[in-house]
Amino acid sequence: MNLVLEPLALSFFVRALIASTMVGVVCAVVGTYVVLRGVAFIGDAIAHAAFPGVVAAFLLSIPFYVGAAIAAVGTALAIGWVTKRAGIRQDTSIGVLFAGTFALGVFMFSTINGYVADLFGFLLGNVLAIGPGDLVALLVLGLGVMGIVGLLWKELLYATFDPLGAAASGIKVERLEYMFLAVVALTIVISLQAVGIILVVAMLVTPAATAQMLTVRFSRLMVVAAMVGIASSVIGLYLSYWLDTASGATIVLVQTGLFLLALLLGPRGLLGRRRGGDTLPTDDDAFAAASA
Amino acid sequence: MEPLSPSESLVEGLVSVPAPTGHGPRPLPAHDHEVSAPHAHAHADVWLSDVTAGYGDRTALEHVTIAVEPGSLLAIVGPNGAGKSTLLKLMAGLARPWTGRIEILGSPPGREARRVAYVPQAELVDWAFPVTVEDVVMMGRFPRLGPVRRPGADDRRAVADALAQVGMGPHLRTQIGRLSGGQRRRVFLARALAAEPDLFLLDEPVTGIDPNTQELLMDLLEQQAARGKTVVATTHDLACAAQRFQQVLAVNRTVVAYGPSNLVLDADVLARAYGGHLLVLEGRTVVLDDAHHHDDAAPGERHFHDQGGQH
Repeated sequence: MNLVLEPLALSFFVRALIASTMVGVVCAVVGTYVVLRGVAFIGDAIAHAAFPGVVAAFLLSIPFYVGAAIAAVGTALAIGWVTKRAGIRQDTSIGVLFAGTFALGVFMFSTINGYVADLFGFLLGNVLAIGPGDLVALLVLGLGVMGIVGLLWKELLYATFDPLGAAASGIKVERLEYMFLAVVALTIVISLQAVGIILVVAMLVTPAATAQMLTVRFSRLMVVAAMVGIASSVIGLYLSYWLDTASGATIVLVQTGLFLLALLLGPRGLLGRRRGGDTLPTDDDAFAAASA
Repeated sequence: MEPLSPSESLVEGLVSVPAPTGHGPRPLPAHDHEVSAPHAHAHADVWLSDVTAGYGDRTALEHVTIAVEPGSLLAIVGPNGAGKSTLLKLMAGLARPWTGRIEILGSPPGREARRVAYVPQAELVDWAFPVTVEDVVMMGRFPRLGPVRRPGADDRRAVADALAQVGMGPHLRTQIGRLSGGQRRRVFLARALAAEPDLFLLDEPVTGIDPNTQELLMDLLEQQAARGKTVVATTHDLACAAQRFQQVLAVNRTVVAYGPSNLVLDADVLARAYGGHLLVLEGRTVVLDDAHHHDDAAPGERHFHDQGGQH
C-alpha cells in the first residue's frame, strides 16, 4: 500500500498524476475520432510541427504551450488548406509540412548554444517536471477541448461516418473538418510535456484502437477508450516512479500492453470465443468484456 | 460524344408533366400541362436550368433542364457513368454546377438542407464503422437538433417509428456491418424517414437487394410521395423504374427523356440512353448493364466494397 500512497506525498508526483490523467482522457476522446477518420498520420505530423513553436517560445521566454499551440494549430489548418487548394493527396501535403516544420524546429534548436535539457524533454516527455502554472494552463486547455467535443460530438460523428449525408442535411462538414484539426492540434499541445512529440500519436490512437477490440458502439467506444487512457496514465506513471524510467515511454508501453491484451483476449481478439471476420461480437458481450 | 442542345435532348411533349398523385397536406400548385421546364420554376421542388457540371476537367453532365414538382416519385435511369449520381449530388448541394442554375425547395442548393434527406450509395459507407442501427437512424435527427442539444424522447420515438416502418425494429442494437445488403438499405431509408424531410434524394436505394425489401421500400416511398413529399432516386433497375415510379428521367451525360414512366421507357429512348448497352431480342428490350457497378468515385470519396452480411 505504501508503494501507492508514498508518492502522493510528493507535490511534483501529484501534479504529474493530474496532468497525465487529464492527458489520457482528452487524448482518448479526441483520438476516437482520429482513429475513425483514419487520420493518425495527421496527429503525428501536427506533433512534430509543434516543435519549432516550442523552440521559439524558449527563445522568446514565453510559455511553451503558447508557441506550441500557434505552430500546431497553424500547421493543422495549413494541412487542410494545402490539400484543398493544391489538389494533391492529403498524405503528400502532410509529408511535406511534417518534415518541413520539424526541420525548422531542429534548425532553430541548433542555433542555441549549449545543451538545453528542457527542450529535449519535449521530444520524449517528462511529466514529472511539470510546474504548477503549466498544469493550470493545461487543465484549462483540456477543459476547452472537452467542451468543444461535448458541443459538437453529434456533428463530428455524422460527418465522420457519412460526410455526404451530413453535408446534404446542412452540417457544415468542411468547417467542422478545420475545427477538428484545430482540436487535434490543441490536444497534442496539452500532451507534449507528458509524453513528448515523438510518442504523442500513441496517446491519440492506442486507447481508441484498444476500445475497438472491445465494443462496436460509438458511445461505448469513447467511454472504453477514456478508461484505457486513464488506467494507462496512472499505472504508467507509478511504474515509471518505481522503476525510475522515462514517464512518457512507460505510459505508452502500458497502453501498448493493454492493446495487445485486448487484441489477444477481447471478443474480437485472436483468442476470442468467436472466430472469423464477419462474426463481430454483440454489443452486450463486448461491454461485459470491457468492464470485466 | 457530341453534346445535344437542350431542345434536342428533350423528348417532345414529355417535359414537366405534373405528378399524378399529390393530394397530401402540402399545398400543391395547379396543374398546368402547357408549361415548359424552365418556366415551371415556381412550382418545382427540384429545378435545374441548363446545368453543366463535372469533376476536375471531366464533364459529367451537360445542359440539364428539369423541374420536379412536389409529390413526384422520380427515377433517374441511365448507364454507368451517365451522371446519375452527379445529378443527385447537384440536387443535394454536394457538387456545384459549372454553369446553369439550380433551385431546391425554392432556394439555392443547401439553403433548405434540413428539409432534404440524402442517402449515399452503399459503396460509400464504411460498414465496419462502430455504430449500431439505432445510432445511424438517430443521425437523421441531428440536423434538426443542431449543436448543444442532445437527442431526447421525441427523437428516440421518431427513430423507433422509422425503424418499425422499414421492419428493422428488432435490430436496434446491431452493428451495421452484421446486416445483409437489404437490411442496410432499410436502415438508411429509416434514417431518411426519421429526418422527416420534404425531399428524399436516394442514390441506388433498391440496387442489389431482395424483392421483398424492394417492394417494402417502394411502398414506403410511394406513401411519402402520396403525402406530397418529393422522392428522387437513381436506379439501375429499369423494371422497378417502370413499375413503381410515376416518372422517369433517362440521362446519358444529358437528359435523354423525362416524363411519365410508361411514356419514357420505350425502346427508342432506351436505345438513346443506353446506346451500345442495349440489346433488342424478338421485340423484347434487354439492357446489358452491370447493376453491381456504379459511377466512378468522385475525387475525395472512399468506396467500401464490402458485400457484407451473412443473411
